[in-house]
Amino acid sequence: MLNHSGKFRPLMTPWIMLFPAIAIIAVFGTFPFLYAVHLSTVDESSPANVSNGLAYYSDALRDESFIQSVTITLWFSCGTLFPVLFFSLTIALGLHRATKFKKILNTLYFLPYVTSIVAAALVWRAFLDPTQGFANEFFAQRGWEPQQWLLEPRGVLHLFLPDMFSPTTGPSLSLACVMVFEIWHSTGFMIVIFLAALSVIPKELEEAVRLEGGTEWTVTRHVVIPFISPTLLFLTIVGVIGSFQAFSSIYALTGDGRGPLDTTQTLTVYIFTQFYDNGLIGYGAAVAVLLTLALILLTIIQWQLAKRRVFDVS
Amino acid sequence: MKQRILHSALWVGAILMNYPFLWMMLTSLMPLEQATKNKHGIWPETWNWKNYLDAWNAAPFGQYFINTLAISITVTVSVVLTSLLAGYALAKIPFKGRGILFALILSTMMVPFEASIIPNFVIISKLGWYNTYAALIVPWCANAFSIFLVRQAFRSVPNDYFDAARIDGCGEFRFIFTLGVFLVRPMLITVALFAFLGSYNSLIWPLIVTSSESLRVIQVGLTVFSGETGVRVNLLMAASTIVILPTALLYLITQKFLMEGAGQAGIRG
Repeated sequence: MLNHSGKFRPLMTPWIMLFPAIAIIAVFGTFPFLYAVHLSTVDESSPANVSNGLAYYSDALRDESFIQSVTITLWFSCGTLFPVLFFSLTIALGLHRATKFKKILNTLYFLPYVTSIVAAALVWRAFLDPTQGFANEFFAQRGWEPQQWLLEPRGVLHLFLPDMFSPTTGPSLSLACVMVFEIWHSTGFMIVIFLAALSVIPKELEEAVRLEGGTEWTVTRHVVIPFISPTLLFLTIVGVIGSFQAFSSIYALTGDGRGPLDTTQTLTVYIFTQFYDNGLIGYGAAVAVLLTLALILLTIIQWQLAKRRVFDVS
Repeated sequence: MKQRILHSALWVGAILMNYPFLWMMLTSLMPLEQATKNKHGIWPETWNWKNYLDAWNAAPFGQYFINTLAISITVTVSVVLTSLLAGYALAKIPFKGRGILFALILSTMMVPFEASIIPNFVIISKLGWYNTYAALIVPWCANAFSIFLVRQAFRSVPNDYFDAARIDGCGEFRFIFTLGVFLVRPMLITVALFAFLGSYNSLIWPLIVTSSESLRVIQVGLTVFSGETGVRVNLLMAASTIVILPTALLYLITQKFLMEGAGQAGIRG
């Protein structure tokens, strides 16, 4: 192969460069997935690895607790991703225009993300403790009814409007608490990346629109948003994957991941429970494969949809 | 006037977001009765700085810190190296199967970590790495997300740099470790920070592949501590503060570079 300068470039060069990364990813990333696919299709009760076909998959699709986990995952994903995107973009736009104490403000907004989930969860748990926590003390001072917070399996909509919603409708208060924690924890990550994308926008472009009599809204809508649309797509894709795979925050806050009456049991928690509590390896692997395939599909769909709208996508 | 409103809003938001930390730090200085009752306001009645000493002595935190730093720094350096080389090859060297290879690497991002724990544990045992530093380090030395970020950074660098260097007879590897590193430096620092944070904050994997006290990491130490002294909220909060402090400082130090770095994360070129 000849390059621009006419020099011979050894065919092996890229492979030598890729080797360390590929070796590790193949062994600890790709192989576990293939192994999970294998586990999900053999009968674990028989010693001779008898093929089980897709039995575990059809078991899962008929299992009510699986369906419940899918619902909880969707609540969790939508209920965290959209607020995080909205807050982080709004705050980043604000920080972008701020002139004083920018570094201190940036650090304060990033701090929750830097913090380990375990340490942060300890603080939140103490905060939301039904008998000793500050949250209920705050409620008591205002004469409001104390809540069970992370221990409450009833729906948050029901607690707000008991007449309109049944206790099982929508996310439980416990799940809602976990969602607020997740929003709090991951907003900083997205702010940092949005801020960096915003700093690349040429100042002259914004100024030009303002000189033409454009309002702040026009500038934001027609200059800023198109400019950062590749970053928005990148963060949406990463955010969807992240919210579907959330585990640590749920586990650390609820203690077992499942929460009261399994109302915080998202798919990743469900897989974890099947593996480690119930010892159902094949069944758990089947759910894991389904989740992986769903994420691959979702990512491809987002990419294709965005192709037409996002400018500057390759 | 507009700036005034903006700044006030930003400060209110920042304080609200950091309220849990403020509460954590104030609680860590309270006497035990006040911290557990929580009916006596958020300001400590007496400022008990000794809580920090007690928390530090409640578990071998010194050992935990040394272990964690050794692991996190090794992982960080390795991730930077593997993603630098892989990112460059995927961005700048055309070769057969590049697109498919990149897609395969990215697809490992979709596999939930909980699902790969068992196969990975089997591999670690087969390699004889159970209860060793290798088990805590090697699996984390490369990841798709970091490679993706570095590849994007290299793609936004004009080809002219690379061609010019080649004309001057600069070899591919020499080029990467001199000019290449310099060109994507902000992104490498971003990758390094995320790698460090991920390693420093990891909990489940260390619990699974190690059992000996001498290999315990800081996050595991924190849970042991919280289990044994669940009622001593003030010490718990002191320990949490101690654990959070190094990463908060690290972010302050790297902030300048991070701001430059993440800008290249957009999907471009």
